[in-house]
Amino acid sequence: MSDLRDLYQEVILDHSKKPRNFGPLDAANHEAKGHNPLCGDRVTVFLQVGDNGLVNDAHFQGSGCAISMASASLMTELVKGKTEAEAKALFGKFHAIVTGEDEPAGDVSADDMDRLEPLTGVKEFPMRVKCATLPWHTFVAAIDDKKTPVVTE
Amino acid sequence: MNTKPAIIPNFDVEALRQEFPILAREINGKPLVFLDSAASAQKPRVVLESLRKTYEEEYANVHRGVYWLSATATKNYEGVRKKLKSYFNAKDEREFVFTKGTTEGINLVAQSWGRAFLKSGDEVLITALEHHSNIVPWQMLRDQIGIKLVVAPIDSNGNLIWAEFEKRLSAKTKLVSVAHVSNALGTILPIEKIVRAGHAVGAKVLIDGAQGAPHARVDLRALDADFYAFSGHKLYGPTGTGALWGKKALLDAMPPWQGGGDMIKSVSFEKTDYADVPAKFEAGTPNIADVIAMGAAIDWLAALPWDAIEAHEADVLAYGTAQLKAIPGLRLIGEADHKAGVMSFVLEGVHPHDIGTILDQQGVSVRAGNHCAEPVMEFFGVPGTARASLGMYSTRADMDALAAAIRKVQEIFA
Repeated sequence: MSDLRDLYQEVILDHSKKPRNFGPLDAANHEAKGHNPLCGDRVTVFLQVGDNGLVNDAHFQGSGCAISMASASLMTELVKGKTEAEAKALFGKFHAIVTGEDEPAGDVSADDMDRLEPLTGVKEFPMRVKCATLPWHTFVAAIDDKKTPVVTE
Repeated sequence: MNTKPAIIPNFDVEALRQEFPILAREINGKPLVFLDSAASAQKPRVVLESLRKTYEEEYANVHRGVYWLSATATKNYEGVRKKLKSYFNAKDEREFVFTKGTTEGINLVAQSWGRAFLKSGDEVLITALEHHSNIVPWQMLRDQIGIKLVVAPIDSNGNLIWAEFEKRLSAKTKLVSVAHVSNALGTILPIEKIVRAGHAVGAKVLIDGAQGAPHARVDLRALDADFYAFSGHKLYGPTGTGALWGKKALLDAMPPWQGGGDMIKSVSFEKTDYADVPAKFEAGTPNIADVIAMGAAIDWLAALPWDAIEAHEADVLAYGTAQLKAIPGLRLIGEADHKAGVMSFVLEGVHPHDIGTILDQQGVSVRAGNHCAEPVMEFFGVPGTARASLGMYSTRADMDALAAAIRKVQEIFA
């Protein structure tokens, strides 16, 4: 079962059972919805972005599998206090790792990557990569004020 | 719990499993426990051998050549209609139109019969159990010509509520289109009664046999429906095969729905004379080798002791249901009075996709999601379920493996 423990690590189970920053954010000035029609995962990301471009607060709401909920929960913790560009760079790196694509240039903190490490187990489970990336795609849509919901397939 | 299989005369499931080469393989280092036959069944050796034989020895395009290979391929391809006629006890082999599956069969009825014979305000009655392929074609027709789609509800066990169904039948009902067996819940619908009730108000009746045909012999003459659509790949045949059966007079009256070669008698730029049924509905080069292999599957199925297979499947379903019900925190979705081959379930605190992944790691293949039946999921208030579905090769040991794997899921999520 070592493979399974790689995917369902304690930190993922913990975040999926007790998601952080869960629920709407009254002060939000950016918001986007994401949907994975294949598994029915739904997530809404709420952001409060300051005039200085810093993500001051991030919340999410939704329902889905343990991977998507844990990824959303971890994400809200990680993007807080980052600039738009920093947050996108972090997603770029994470996305590259789980999809096996070339890693983009750009500095991200080693601490942040350590925190995302438990989620990188999805790379061994191709059907589940979208579960982990949906919240991030939705975050990008929120930042960019995309009106149409993000849909992964 | 008694893990020894029930003794069923004339039936040796282990010998039957030998006919399905894929069942011997491992997944993730564990013996394969294949529980997704409702999505597509595994193939017996005779089907693989038929495909090999066609391509290696007897392949050419059909209905065209004067040469031996084409004539042989044509004879083999057309011969499958005779096999279907006999297997399903139909009146006339020309009543079988080859399709790529149930979905295409239903779309054919909607687009050909529906557009020609229905008008705005006419009603098509379906049930709340239908999968998308018996919902969407009627919605498309509704948007095209203004028919009304009427849905008969189910109860919390997944039974069709007969009184509600009857209430929705009237002189306005021109077509009743229902599943033989629900893919998401396994409910067996009372199709004989539905055919009689539909005919009593003057409606035609279409039975979606995608899940029905694989679990029992169907006698089309006794059933007396107007259309019966099924998929070859769920009936142990190749993908891309299936047939729409329809009463000859209806098929004769229906216009073609796709134009091209093979469906015409003569073509000029002014006018085309269409071929007779079934060729009228089979434009273009057909799925030759796969249809021939579906015929091999039908021959093979026809020689099996079906009473014993039905008894075996019922035994495995009852055993598996009892195993699952013994697991705390597991909720079975769909406990209809009459069921075939499907156990849909949810686990408290675990999303169906996580169940699917963890079962797969233990060699157990189940489907997780909405099973192309979103309205059914909505009715039960779940985003989806995990679904274990049976084939004739499923065993009590498969059910034990399933139950053990589910307990492992609970351990991980404890």
